[in-house]
Amino acid sequence: MEKKWKDFVNSEIETILSLAERINEKNQLALARAITLIENNPELIFHVEEKYKDTLTKNSSHIVGFTGSPGAGKSTLTDAYVVKLRSEGKKVGIIAVDPSSPFTGGALLGDRIRMKRHFTDDNVFIRSMGSRGNVGGLNDAVFGVITLYKLYGFDYIIIETVGAGQSEVDIAYVADTVVLVLSPAAGDEIQLMKAGIMEIADIFVINKSDLEGAHVLKVNLEMVLQFSESSKPIVLTVATSGKGIEELHREIENHKIKLKDTGEINERAKRRIKKHAEVIINKGIAEILSNQNLTDAVQVSEVVRDVIAKFCQKQSRVGEKS
Amino acid sequence: MDKKIRVLIAKPGLDGHDRGAKVVARGLRDAGMEVIYTGLRQTPEEIVKAAIQEDVDVIGLSILSGAHMSICRKVLELMEQYNFHVPVFVGGIIPPDDAEQLLKMGIAAVFGPGTPISEIVKKVQEVVGQGVA
Repeated sequence: MEKKWKDFVNSEIETILSLAERINEKNQLALARAITLIENNPELIFHVEEKYKDTLTKNSSHIVGFTGSPGAGKSTLTDAYVVKLRSEGKKVGIIAVDPSSPFTGGALLGDRIRMKRHFTDDNVFIRSMGSRGNVGGLNDAVFGVITLYKLYGFDYIIIETVGAGQSEVDIAYVADTVVLVLSPAAGDEIQLMKAGIMEIADIFVINKSDLEGAHVLKVNLEMVLQFSESSKPIVLTVATSGKGIEELHREIENHKIKLKDTGEINERAKRRIKKHAEVIINKGIAEILSNQNLTDAVQVSEVVRDVIAKFCQKQSRVGEKS
Repeated sequence: MDKKIRVLIAKPGLDGHDRGAKVVARGLRDAGMEVIYTGLRQTPEEIVKAAIQEDVDVIGLSILSGAHMSICRKVLELMEQYNFHVPVFVGGIIPPDDAEQLLKMGIAAVFGPGTPISEIVKKVQEVVGQGVA
């Protein structure tokens, strides 16, 4: 039994490594397959990261996160931004996350529908993902997918979160540049003063700015931003017509340069690595805990000790290679 | 870990009636699958490329325009060309004779109007189960 389990793990490792080799040669079939493997078993990415360490440090992709409430225009804005990036010859990898059902685990992934014009462009790769139980607005496998995208050599990686409310802020730990997409008629200035998602933006976008209320929103936002020292750009866009996209692109580039000049880009990379570890550990612990047979009103400390012991045991087994 | 069945639902061709595609997409979602819906007026090329990038287990085509023979042939050809092999389902208004032809061509199943969602779900699960093993 034990032997069989090991064989299974080893064959999965072999598969991901052989796929990684083909991804490195720009094979999209291999990239797509590898993402599926990573989605079903996020820990597999460690083997790729180890083997392609040098390539991965050399390939620097800028990671842009788009977040905001459902229907604010994240996908349409992504689509328009990709047009701009493609006009400059940049290769783009997109991760579009939509919510999974808490009841059935099913999902309707509909972000791609806004990006039709890029379907046959071989330099744009779009992958839709269900959130699969992640409550931070992403999917636990995004870290692994970022690694695979870097290996493939995309210049820009765009991550679109699920439609976010106020506290789905995980994108802040993942992206180099976070773009928060707002739209008119979504509340007064008090909403803008609240903690959470409003704090994580590097760039604010007011999309659908042709609608009534866009300028009031801008004035309110400017006022709220004055409360803090930071001066963050606000860009007015109409994603469906492409209005404001040039400016958005310019602001993202400015932010990218600022990150490099101040060295903050390294801090963000560290933050991402830490979050990746946290996600994997939490997932592993949660899994063991859910399989625990808790019948009595046991001591919590006992359960904690037991689960951690099991987790350590499991990790040391995964670490073994033969 | 649990593997989710991923399905691409696409509407090739020029007709604009996507209620059927939406009903099926929603039904498969409720059966616990991840459904990628790509919307109206897709070319075979767009559909196959999307299916590859999304690494779906099944492609579902909704066709009401009468162009099913040529669209399906093209989709299957492209899949062959790109070396991407998954079952393709077709739903819509398909005359019985054509349905037979489509099955011969290599389409995995044809569903006409009034097909219960449960039947489609069962068929998808069945076909994917065979494919994986």
